[in-house]
Amino acid sequence: MKSFSFAALLFLFWISLSGYFEPLLLGLGLASVALTVFLSKRMNVIDCESYPLHLSSKFPNFFVYLFREIIKANIDVVACILGWRGASISPQLVKIPQLQKTDLGTVIYANTITLTPGTVSIELSEKTITIHALTKEAADELATGSMSNEISKRIFEK
Amino acid sequence: MIIDILSWILLMAGGILGIIGGIGIYRFPDFYSRLHAAGITDTLCALLILLGLGLQAGWGIASFKLALIFIFLLFTCPTASHALANAALHSGLKPKLGKDAARLNHD
Amino acid sequence: MFIAISLAILITMGLALTRALAGPTTYDRIAAVNMFGTKTVLLIAVLALLSGRADLLDIALVYALINFIGVIAALKLVTQGDFHTTDKDTISADKGELE
Repeated sequence: MKSFSFAALLFLFWISLSGYFEPLLLGLGLASVALTVFLSKRMNVIDCESYPLHLSSKFPNFFVYLFREIIKANIDVVACILGWRGASISPQLVKIPQLQKTDLGTVIYANTITLTPGTVSIELSEKTITIHALTKEAADELATGSMSNEISKRIFEK
Repeated sequence: MIIDILSWILLMAGGILGIIGGIGIYRFPDFYSRLHAAGITDTLCALLILLGLGLQAGWGIASFKLALIFIFLLFTCPTASHALANAALHSGLKPKLGKDAARLNHD
Repeated sequence: MFIAISLAILITMGLALTRALAGPTTYDRIAAVNMFGTKTVLLIAVLALLSGRADLLDIALVYALINFIGVIAALKLVTQGDFHTTDKDTISADKGELE
């Protein structure tokens, strides 16, 4: 069932990338979709983690939050680069607690930290994430764990 | 007409952000802080430029491809930054920390 | 107007290239090259709309993927000295990740 929806999605992807409806090209598309699905089944990667279809309804809500965070963080870093309002950098290397329960949640959390400029996740372990932050404010804000809470709330809660 | 003006504003903002990111990667003192400057050009700059181009292109395959390019960048850039920072830390490259930084005993 | 945006991207690429040439450590150079690649993707996208040839967008798409793979490959080359990984290396790398 999952591989069937995977194949349908891949074929839709092929059509929207090529934009041609000739039989030859559609046939080639079908062949490559079949090959991809076969390989993915052999590699055993069509599961909840690498093909999180059940989460797709949560993504718009999460992306709104993500872009708001990205824009806020960008303004901070631009202020640091140009030295507006006496903003200056004071790099920090801190360990923050890692509260996500699943591997997928951890990956989303670490990627969100890295995506917002001003903070980069350097090392993951079971309980902590080592981050490098450009300013003390950015490090302190992450240490409160509000971003982790938002991710749990927006993606994993029913 | 309004869409034209809006898209030019977005494109210009993206270009300016790109140049600021370039200045940042040139000015910042050490490798880890330069990663943050590169992060600007990877996220908001790319978003604004691709959004502006998408407004110019209108609905269709072109704007779908632009969105796809942005999604690829959104997925690959943090991974590349994380891999770079992780490799640099493991190779023993010490970050320059600010005065008010808490000292962390790392290895 | 497209010319102006291309110029802005080119200036950014020039700054990244300066850092790639000057960068004291290898990691600086790789980060700068990564940024250069991202800017190249954007430049190709702008040129696609400037010349009105939507095919160029496919090239930008492929370039985005190849850029990522290239950065990871260069990183592996720098950190391990070669592309060759034995099972022992993989296990020790995994342990390093999880401590």
